[in-house]
Amino acid sequence: MSRLWGRSPPAPPPCLREGARVQPAHRARRRRGQSAPGGAARGRRDKMVAPGALRVVRCGGSGLRGARAVFSADSKYLLCASGDFVKVLSVNTEETLRLLCGHADLVTGIQLNPHNHMQLYSSSLDGTIKLWDFMDGIPIKTFTVGHKLLALYTLASTEDSVFVVIPKKGERDTFQLVSVKLTKGTGQDLEGKELSVVLDGVGASTKKIAFGREGAYVVSVKNVDLQVYFFEKRLLNRFSLSTVKTKGDNRFSCVVCHPREDCIATGHADGKIRLWRNFQHRKAYTYSTLHWHHDIVMDLAYSVEGTRLLSGGVESVLVQWHNESSCQKDFLPRLGSPIEYISMSSDGVLCCTLHTDNRITIINSNLRFSRSIQGLIKSRDVKTGLVVDPRTKALVLNGEPGHLQFYSLQSDQQLFSLDIVQRQYIHQAGLKQSDLVKVAFSARGTWLATVEESEEVTDPELQLKLWFYSEETQSFALNTRINTPHDNHITDMCFRDMDELGDDSLILVTTGRDCVFKVWVIVEDSDPEAHHNVSWSCDFIGSYHNYQATNCCFSEDGSLLAVSFEETVTVWDSLTWDLKCTFCHPPGNIRNICFGRLTCSKYLIGATDYGFLCCWNLLTCALEWSAHLNVVILQPDPLSEHIAAVSWLSKESSLFVFKPSEPRPIYIQRNICKEKILLAAFVPRDEPETISSEKYLWLRNSQLFFLTDTQELMTLSTKSLEERLTPSSKQLAVEESLPVTPFSVLLGKHRRQQAQEDIDLGKPVVHNKQEQASPAVKELLHTPAHVLPSASFLCTIFINSLLISKENKSAEEVADEVVEMESEKADGESDEEDVTAMEQEDTSHVELLGEITCKLSKSQEKELRKIRKMDYSWISAF
Amino acid sequence: MGEFQVHRVRFFGLVPAGVRCIAYQPRGTRLALARTDGTVEVYNFAANYFQEKVIPGHEARSVESLCWAAGARLFGAGLGGDITEYDLAGLSVGRGVDGGGGPVWSMVANGTGTQLAIGCEDGSVKIFQVVAEGIQFERNLDRRKGRVLCLSWHPSDTHIVAGSIDFFRVIDVASGQTVQRIMVNHHVEKAKRECVVWAIALLSSGTAVSADSFGRVQFWDWQQGTLAESCAVSTSAVLSLAVSEKEDSIVVGTSTGATLQLQLLPVRLGGLEKQWVRTKVFQFHSHDVRAVAHSPTALISGGLDAQLVIRPLMEKMQKKNYDAVLRKFIFPHRRLVSCARKARLLLFQFSQYLELWRLGSTEETGKDGEVLPLCRMPEHLLQLKSKGPEHIYCSSVSPCGTWLGYSTASRFQLYRVHCDGDGVSLSKVPKVPKLLPPAYQLQFSAGSDSLFVASARGSVHVFQLLEPGGCKHLHTLRPPSGCSEAVYLLAPSADGRWLAAVSGDWAIHIYNLKCFKHHCVVPRYDCAVSALAIHPTTNNLVIAYSDQQLSEFSIPEKQYTGWSRAVQSRGLHRLWLERDSPITHITFNPKNASHILLHDTFLLCVLDKSLPLPDDGAILMNQSTLKQLPETARKRQLHAFKICKKFQPLLFMDLLDKNCLVVVERPIMDFKTQLPQPVQQKKFGT
Repeated sequence: MSRLWGRSPPAPPPCLREGARVQPAHRARRRRGQSAPGGAARGRRDKMVAPGALRVVRCGGSGLRGARAVFSADSKYLLCASGDFVKVLSVNTEETLRLLCGHADLVTGIQLNPHNHMQLYSSSLDGTIKLWDFMDGIPIKTFTVGHKLLALYTLASTEDSVFVVIPKKGERDTFQLVSVKLTKGTGQDLEGKELSVVLDGVGASTKKIAFGREGAYVVSVKNVDLQVYFFEKRLLNRFSLSTVKTKGDNRFSCVVCHPREDCIATGHADGKIRLWRNFQHRKAYTYSTLHWHHDIVMDLAYSVEGTRLLSGGVESVLVQWHNESSCQKDFLPRLGSPIEYISMSSDGVLCCTLHTDNRITIINSNLRFSRSIQGLIKSRDVKTGLVVDPRTKALVLNGEPGHLQFYSLQSDQQLFSLDIVQRQYIHQAGLKQSDLVKVAFSARGTWLATVEESEEVTDPELQLKLWFYSEETQSFALNTRINTPHDNHITDMCFRDMDELGDDSLILVTTGRDCVFKVWVIVEDSDPEAHHNVSWSCDFIGSYHNYQATNCCFSEDGSLLAVSFEETVTVWDSLTWDLKCTFCHPPGNIRNICFGRLTCSKYLIGATDYGFLCCWNLLTCALEWSAHLNVVILQPDPLSEHIAAVSWLSKESSLFVFKPSEPRPIYIQRNICKEKILLAAFVPRDEPETISSEKYLWLRNSQLFFLTDTQELMTLSTKSLEERLTPSSKQLAVEESLPVTPFSVLLGKHRRQQAQEDIDLGKPVVHNKQEQASPAVKELLHTPAHVLPSASFLCTIFINSLLISKENKSAEEVADEVVEMESEKADGESDEEDVTAMEQEDTSHVELLGEITCKLSKSQEKELRKIRKMDYSWISAF
Repeated sequence: MGEFQVHRVRFFGLVPAGVRCIAYQPRGTRLALARTDGTVEVYNFAANYFQEKVIPGHEARSVESLCWAAGARLFGAGLGGDITEYDLAGLSVGRGVDGGGGPVWSMVANGTGTQLAIGCEDGSVKIFQVVAEGIQFERNLDRRKGRVLCLSWHPSDTHIVAGSIDFFRVIDVASGQTVQRIMVNHHVEKAKRECVVWAIALLSSGTAVSADSFGRVQFWDWQQGTLAESCAVSTSAVLSLAVSEKEDSIVVGTSTGATLQLQLLPVRLGGLEKQWVRTKVFQFHSHDVRAVAHSPTALISGGLDAQLVIRPLMEKMQKKNYDAVLRKFIFPHRRLVSCARKARLLLFQFSQYLELWRLGSTEETGKDGEVLPLCRMPEHLLQLKSKGPEHIYCSSVSPCGTWLGYSTASRFQLYRVHCDGDGVSLSKVPKVPKLLPPAYQLQFSAGSDSLFVASARGSVHVFQLLEPGGCKHLHTLRPPSGCSEAVYLLAPSADGRWLAAVSGDWAIHIYNLKCFKHHCVVPRYDCAVSALAIHPTTNNLVIAYSDQQLSEFSIPEKQYTGWSRAVQSRGLHRLWLERDSPITHITFNPKNASHILLHDTFLLCVLDKSLPLPDDGAILMNQSTLKQLPETARKRQLHAFKICKKFQPLLFMDLLDKNCLVVVERPIMDFKTQLPQPVQQKKFGT
């Protein structure tokens, strides 16, 4: 039987990562400054791969720790590296608008293209630099460098090259800053192998290199050394801090350059900030020191004019220094978690801090907290497991220290954070602090039980808290606090959750290492002065041969309680608390137990330490089947009979889905992700999904989520990627992104006025209309001159656009037409459903551009036919 | 080592006075410093920062400002309203000239050193001409209400800027009119407190730099009256300011004890536009930094915690040498303690009184490093207050403990100490011959039968002490070639035959006391002598110079001894030469004629002439390693210098008898607690 669970089944096709993002051909061609054909063919080919395969999809929690975030030129969007992707976030709505996927490894640097603020360069450990149109999430070019890229810098003064940090050949832990010449080519995939070394022996982090004012010099810090390289003079200056005299650790942690003056600001591990000046002299250089931070300065940022300097560190306080003076400083405290990166928008209105727990805080220029973007908060250690809140369907797990975070899967946002421990968190190495270790919800989410314990190994300080959901305040309120519910660590906790039996049946069971399990029930409070009219108290204490109780689980109907005591599973009657039977599968302690559901409710599943998965029949009290599998997670689906088991064997996690009644697994996927999977949870879907393949029927009602050891949340999806993105988020108009300058406002007003005047005067506005309507002219006007095709090529189009055609349709007609076109498209190619009307317009035009001599497309023919049919006699009236 | 019983004395309650003002001699090597008690000291940077001259203070004469003028002439002015010139050769205060405007808060000399400007309480600025015989009032400049706290001349001598409370003004020297008046608290919203301009400087570029009590250093265009730049350097007041000669660097001192450097740096590398940037911050002082100076290569600051700190600017140093080290001076480079060896008495000299203590004693013996219990506690025998407002120049107690003398600027007093049992009484010796000018050093002969008094113009008076209480002037010894400087060190020989005297021009004259004749001059060495003593048996004169050189001169043979020549040719250990503080006392071990005992503030050294000198590779301070080595290996490691750093800071050391040593320490913490509370500052983690 166990062979079935072994390696024999053929491995499923390699899962399609988000990286293999499909690129609709026509949209790729719309990108300015590149030619059409290459991308189109490639995109279509990718589309062919494995339709309907189950894919592992990242859905949140990726570390934002790759690089500093970048504001778009108009400060409306925030771009940040998140795992293998680049996220495009809206500053105003906090939404994730787009995910730029394409890199096969961690993104290490993102920079706006200094020559086109609509484009973004990104570098990754996979050795490629990609140029993106971030507004539409389309990769324009990929430059393969062939080394691991650890950081990326761009300069306005260098036309066709960027700077990256790569590991030095042949030497471990030595890195060099090189400039990469970005070759100009027509294809999408280009080589970027022309490297020239700028600096040797640099730090591997983005924060350790900075480019000076107007790119005149580059500064690199590493350990206690500062290097400045002047490009023009080809002069390299090195400065070292003495390590002998200082008491603290004065190594460099980060460096930034003043944007207007020749001043370098460096942060240090002992919390000091040094401002270096006159560094072209090896001897007469000088620096001044600012000191407020008590621990390492994690990042620094200058304001646009350089008059203010922002610094942040583990204190979770953003400090603003004015005019390099140590006396004038402002603070923005209580940012929640250590600041990892600080970045300023180019207009200086906003500033953003990335925190170590994946939180983004956006801060106004006057150092006022503006908003915070929180996805899945990364906590040091998820001890609570993944729990689903029955009320909100949010994922619940450890958040900030001592807090419980409610994470909405749909919006990739934190719903709220519940302070459980209610104690000030003090950042100090070695300090033992209480943290949340166990969480359980009752069936309808009205009760929440939490366990917190101090980090001491022996004699832990334990607290069991029971929270009641108050409808009025829409939040949990503390009902009962039980100090030291067990004499030793609590290992597991569960509610008896039965909707039909009402509140009376509510029972909480806790198991502890003190060899007992305890049953807690609600009692009416006799004390009239009590705050609540009910409270919890202990009803029954059970034990078994003085073994440590490790897991507990209620059967679906709540009549039976299974408690595992080391190697033995005991089954108790929940009414009389009689021991009904015991199961044992030596050797090995029981790691997980769960009851089967629905049709399989007569089975009890257990996983043991020595790699066995056992299924016991409760009616016969016998082992039904067992399989040899090192199960780390055993997760039953609450809405079906299916149980998911994740195994960990020789650095690979595999997923098995089975029904307890059948010894054959329904679904096996080997090596679902690179990282170790720590936790999993089934989240019920709002409405059952239509799943075509028999194989994936178990995903119909619930969705399975995993949390890896790098705290990335993953899920399994049967859908292709386009479907997952909401169409609304794709509508980012080009015009929107242009910064509103006073001049443009003025001009716009003027134009409006003129238009108004025109109308007032009763002049025909045919020409204007024509101009606006013509995509060719629009494209012509909005495209930077250097990326336009040759003038001779454009001439015909332009002339054509100026011709007053016979057509002059009313607005409804145009709209009708669009709808018609859309439907037509939908018939033809199903993968372009989401393409919006406006883009369609563009598309038709670009096709016009590229294939002017080609045959007219079907839709165009139709359109022509329609025009021909029309009666334009009315036009003669003008 | 380890062969002496040590009296470790910590009851000398010396509290050095805070530094009030300092003046760095332009284009010179000397630094004048005035303390809050009116003492004026001159440090010679060329002679290893030796405290060359000390002019004790006067109760009624505070010094608010010092300045060098007309080359090497030193002038001082204070709240007494007088301007005085200091006689650096005679170590005395000259006659004062009344400023005529009430207390004088500030005084500066112009660039050429021909004129002095003083700022007075009544708001007037007066100009004095420096003439050969003193100073002469020249004229009054425009007078405005409000005391003038600080002054600065324009480098071209055309204008003077005067800082007051809430404003400063620029005065045209030629017309005497105020040409600009600038309010400094104009930019502070709702300034309820007054803003005191504590220090000001006028740069040749037309910038006035003001330092005020709001903690700002501000740069003004004085012609337009506009503020060019403002650096908030401190949360408390900025008290002092000094500009380098090149005008590219400024040092300021604050009331929190921090000294800051501001530098004129290019905004962009290679660009012409420059701005003042606060660069370095030092926290050497615990109290107000009342005085700063900017030498070409160092920042100098003096604070109310009595420290003088010299912080070299590394970028101005060509190479790492003796000057490129941070220096701090707290204690004087001279002896304030004298010891009666036979009577076991110690005499401590304070600024206005003397204290006589009897050392404790023990009957027990112990091992090396053990603390012995006392059977008799040290005893404070008496306190002798000096009469009048003048401070004590010098004091001494005779070896037998029966004679005691001190001198102030105008008077010389000799007392007879009567010890009968526990009671101690003092009787003034009548008819002491009048001495003018004062004594700079008193020294009793070994037999307590005569007293040597160092005096001005290189002369030494010899008194015969008569029982039961009287004294007679025997002779005045004078160098044959004449000398203008005062004698500041004396060393009589034990047998009473010889006397060595060092005058301010660093010449060492040796006199024969039997016939009161000049015996010889020690060949001139161009450095200040910090200590000297005559060996009791060989009559060799051992001399310690402030550059840490040592030499031995045989008096009978009138030449350097062989050992001394060997030292000169071999050279001393590098670490020995790089020490900071000069040797202040030399004595000899009666048990072993080849031992010379020396000490400075930080170490005590037994110099064994019989052992080889260490070369530069050897470890100079090897006592601790020697202790661990076996006997045979120890021989190879031995060298002439046996150094003990156990007693710090060491103010005095002497041998009482052949195996008993007395050391006087003054722990820094003890004296810090006697200073007034510094400005309260929040310290992280407290």
